[in-house]
Amino acid sequence: MATSISDIARFSWTALMGYPTRTILMLTAMAIGVAAVIMLTALGEGARRYVTNEFSSLGTNLVIVFPGYSETSGLNPIAMVGTTPRDLTLDDAQVLTRNTNIRRIAPINIGSVNASFQGRSREVPIIGSNSELLNIRHWKLAQGHFLPATDLDRATPVCVIGRKISDELFATQAAVGQWIRLGDRRFRVIGIMASEGRSIGVDVQDTIMIPVASAQQLFNTPSLFRILIEAKTRSAIESVKQSTIEILKERHQGKRDVTVITQDAVLVTFDRILGALTYAIGGIAAISLAVAGILIMNVMLVAVSQRTAEIGLLKALGAPQRQIIRLILSEAIMLSAFGAVIGLLLGELGCFAIRQAFPDLPAYAPLWAVATAIAVSLLAGFIFSLLPARQAARLDPVLALRGK
Amino acid sequence: MIELISIHRDFLVGDQTVHALDDINLSIQAGEYISIMGPSGSGKSTLLNLIGLLDSATEGSYLLNQQDVTVLPDGQRAATRSKTIGFVFQAFHLIPRLTAAENIELPLILAGTEPERRRPLVNKAVTDMDLTDRAHHTPDQLSGGQRQRVAIARATIMQPNILLADEPTGNLDQKSGQDVINILEQLNQQGITVIIVTHDANIGQRAMRQIQMVDGRIESDQTLSQTSSS
Repeated sequence: MATSISDIARFSWTALMGYPTRTILMLTAMAIGVAAVIMLTALGEGARRYVTNEFSSLGTNLVIVFPGYSETSGLNPIAMVGTTPRDLTLDDAQVLTRNTNIRRIAPINIGSVNASFQGRSREVPIIGSNSELLNIRHWKLAQGHFLPATDLDRATPVCVIGRKISDELFATQAAVGQWIRLGDRRFRVIGIMASEGRSIGVDVQDTIMIPVASAQQLFNTPSLFRILIEAKTRSAIESVKQSTIEILKERHQGKRDVTVITQDAVLVTFDRILGALTYAIGGIAAISLAVAGILIMNVMLVAVSQRTAEIGLLKALGAPQRQIIRLILSEAIMLSAFGAVIGLLLGELGCFAIRQAFPDLPAYAPLWAVATAIAVSLLAGFIFSLLPARQAARLDPVLALRGK
Repeated sequence: MIELISIHRDFLVGDQTVHALDDINLSIQAGEYISIMGPSGSGKSTLLNLIGLLDSATEGSYLLNQQDVTVLPDGQRAATRSKTIGFVFQAFHLIPRLTAAENIELPLILAGTEPERRRPLVNKAVTDMDLTDRAHHTPDQLSGGQRQRVAIARATIMQPNILLADEPTGNLDQKSGQDVINILEQLNQQGITVIIVTHDANIGQRAMRQIQMVDGRIESDQTLSQTSSS
């Protein structure tokens, strides 16, 4: 009859408790390895989620048009900064609105000017757009109205300001209805933004929005920085993209000089890059698990030499080789399992600390990383204790009883 | 019960072959009480280890209960040790982290005996060895005599036919040594074959059969009723 698993576990437990220093050392090594995998993959996964969330929050079914085009496909950083053989114009944006698959269009112009009110002034980022921007970007108003729904080329002297601008320029005074100076022009404040935080370079609280035609006058430029397009449905995104390219190519004398990207494409690209990054750092952290496994092998070899007489006794009492192997393996696997559990707790604690320190970063270890870390630690414990276990099992009982 | 036929046991020490046992022929019947004596290096412990299946002969045959056990696979060898043979050592060989009761229980655990069956056997062994109040003490909290009684309890918990004791009183004072020998004699009276290896002539002469070894050979083999030399 074979020794029961509970008896093997109990015997191994007493062996582990009998040598607390080496047990603590091995537990620490394994726990650090597992915690490292969990925390690093949580960081990678957190970064991936953060970036994809940020892109998701740009809007729904979004297609973005940039001036400039490179022959290479995908997201082109050069195109994003804009080498522009031909500018995007308000007329381009106007023509695109005829596409029935498009729900909304928001032409964008950006710049910065000095904003002042009653002696208070500061440099402020300006976004020139139209009434559709609010819905495309899913922003909310705290007070007043957003930009009026007028013709794109109508330069109305109104503005919508961020909460921070309101606090800095107007302090405790009511801002809505007041006239502020932007550069050399005066604009009436018609609304205050409620949306908080940043999204892809735009801090809504620290921005002033004006009609796109007003922005073009203010910055003395006929060109647009971007055109944001919201397709009616998800399935219409691709056709909107293609038709936008075709329409603008036709308008620009048959030359394709714009880059059109979809939100999904950007998301997939970032998702792929950051996902690969998570796997990479998880893999690097897993090396520490292998190191912990080697430590287990070393310490178990020492343990076997420390407990030679005990192994000799077990043989004298009738333990066959396979039972000795089982006892040594179970010790190593118990160590790995306890180390993994401690590492899991430490890792989760570390992730919690990261989330507390950086609330925007959703640092949660992916389930695959947790499962892999635990599986690898158990496997490392098993594999690296095979050698000491076989060595113990092959001891000559007579010599072993003498401690040799 | 035990039949050793032309047993040789050689060890290679460097370039030299040492004949630890040299043509040993020995027949032991069930229930005998045997002492093996002789100077250091005479081969008495080697003989005991061989009888106990801890060691194997280089040459010759070993029959145990009519079964040839000269060459057995590890598993069968261990099983035979577990069921048939108990060991008592000079150095006790108790596991220091386990209590007296746990040390006694160890052979039962290794044999896969269920906990419900183990408990009464351990309790009986503890009582028989007069260790009731020391059962939950670790070896370092026990006297030498108590430690050897724990070792004897462990050696007999599987109810073996043969009890092998290698210098069982070597680490004990005279009083404790006498107690241990008395226990071994009682076990022999209960039918267990007891074989003691000892340097102590007083202890050796208490055995019914006394074997004297010199240089790996049996020099004399005497019983109380008859005398024979080999």
